[in-house]
Amino acid sequence: MISLLISLRSEFYKSKNTLAFWASILLPVLICGAITLAFFSNSDKILRMHYSPEVLWMNFAGGSLGVMGMLILPFYVIFMAFSVNNIEHKNDTWKSLFAQPLNKFSIYAAKYLYAVLLIFICLGLFLTLTYLSAQLLHLLIPAHRFDAYQPLNMLAKIYSKLFLSSLGILSLQFIISLIWADFLKPMGIGFVGVIIGIIAASKGWVYSYLIPYSQPSLALSLRKSANNSTIFTQEIYSSLIYAAVFFIIGYFIVSRKSIK
Amino acid sequence: MLELAIQTCGLTYHYGNQKVIDNLSLKVEKGSIYGFLGPNGAGKTTTIKVLLNLLKSPADCVFLFGKDINTHRIESLKKIGALVEQPAIYGHLSGKQNLYNRCILLSIPRSKAIDMLKLVGLRDAADKKADKYSLGMKQRLGIALALLSDPELLLLDEPTNGLDPNGIIEIRNLMIELASKHQKTILVSSHLLTEVERIATHVGIINKGKLLFQGTIFELQSLKAAKLQVQVIPLQKATDLLTLAGYQISPAKASNSIELPYKSAEDSAEINALLVQNGCRVSSIHLVKKDLEHLFLDITQSN
Repeated sequence: MISLLISLRSEFYKSKNTLAFWASILLPVLICGAITLAFFSNSDKILRMHYSPEVLWMNFAGGSLGVMGMLILPFYVIFMAFSVNNIEHKNDTWKSLFAQPLNKFSIYAAKYLYAVLLIFICLGLFLTLTYLSAQLLHLLIPAHRFDAYQPLNMLAKIYSKLFLSSLGILSLQFIISLIWADFLKPMGIGFVGVIIGIIAASKGWVYSYLIPYSQPSLALSLRKSANNSTIFTQEIYSSLIYAAVFFIIGYFIVSRKSIK
Repeated sequence: MLELAIQTCGLTYHYGNQKVIDNLSLKVEKGSIYGFLGPNGAGKTTTIKVLLNLLKSPADCVFLFGKDINTHRIESLKKIGALVEQPAIYGHLSGKQNLYNRCILLSIPRSKAIDMLKLVGLRDAADKKADKYSLGMKQRLGIALALLSDPELLLLDEPTNGLDPNGIIEIRNLMIELASKHQKTILVSSHLLTEVERIATHVGIINKGKLLFQGTIFELQSLKAAKLQVQVIPLQKATDLLTLAGYQISPAKASNSIELPYKSAEDSAEINALLVQNGCRVSSIHLVKKDLEHLFLDITQSN
């Protein structure tokens, strides 16, 4: 456990000035900022629609959720899995990392956990900024009745689903990025996977929940969430099983890995 | 019996079908500076990676401080500092940050990092990004990283690569000081015998994965016994005469020349007299001392 915390601290230390770390902060700031700005500048039009507070919230939060869940989150997860491994590939530091007196599981698990934490931070910031920017809009234009509905439960549930649904992709892409040092293979495989995932999810293929890349889209799908108020739906279970299986396979690869 | 810091027992390692290490039995005594010599591609780096458990070795084959590396990996690695091939450095971090990161991994105070920067002469470049470092500076940082935990055993793979003459002397003196004053054991690989000759107490010569020689530096030097080279005609008659007189003759590279073991100046004069008195015409007679460089070449080439 101490070994894991040491490795995790080191992951934070060496990545704190990298794009991978800052992406998890900049992405929510930029997307939520852009949506808030768009809402603010189109306030007249939106007010004319006379949305109920609940629909207004859905509209506002749906802006970032739609962009994020469908497209950006899968790519962000792919990039994150690539980045935490690439920092060692690029600097040829696997050999020094595995020559430290730390057990290999801790080194591997800390890398994985670091990627999970960054995704968690990113989605947590999305949730927080969505809520805070809506409050700001209400302050600036009180006619927007963001105060008349309490969305935190709904938002927390959706973002939790989104987070859990991304773990399957993370574990799979983590293995791919662990094995291959180049940029093209993990990104190429991930890109094809995301396209297939989106098509399978949007066409309503009955087994699409088995494709890790479909799971964020499915987790956001209104058709499912309307009928099911729980977080743990079919695609979430599937994502968690994939995450666990690929995580174990990844460790198996690391423990047998010869550093050439 | 002397305590061994490193012992490999008939270690063999394959990359795919290629045998890179062949029945290697290293014995590195505690407190020694072991020069691990061999041409490029001889298997030096692979051996070091096996010693660090980066490459898997069979059970009961590699022992560090008497314990099998496979079953005592963490315990053994705590005692080792290593520099393998090019230094493993995070280019986006400064030299100081690279050392701080290693301090985190080793759970040691950051003040050690500053000490190491001073030791390897990188204090002025401490805040410069490591990817802006010259090759020599990277090498120094790699050595600082290896020394950071104050390890009992240092594995240094060609540590003077890329260093200027001053840097080479500094690193050489540092190694000697670490071994003599701080009782560290150092295994330093090199393809330059002259480099090893200056610092090593023990030498292992490896070529094509096989250990061709292992012993003290004095044992190696005793192999370079001096020879007397005689240029004489007719060659066959001279050979017969000297063989009859009990000398061991071997052909020399120069034309019309033979070589025989050098004993003393008087003995050389007698050989000369014997040849001349029996009608041989001696055009030159001189002492040939084989330097270690040639010895190394002879040992590796005859393999």
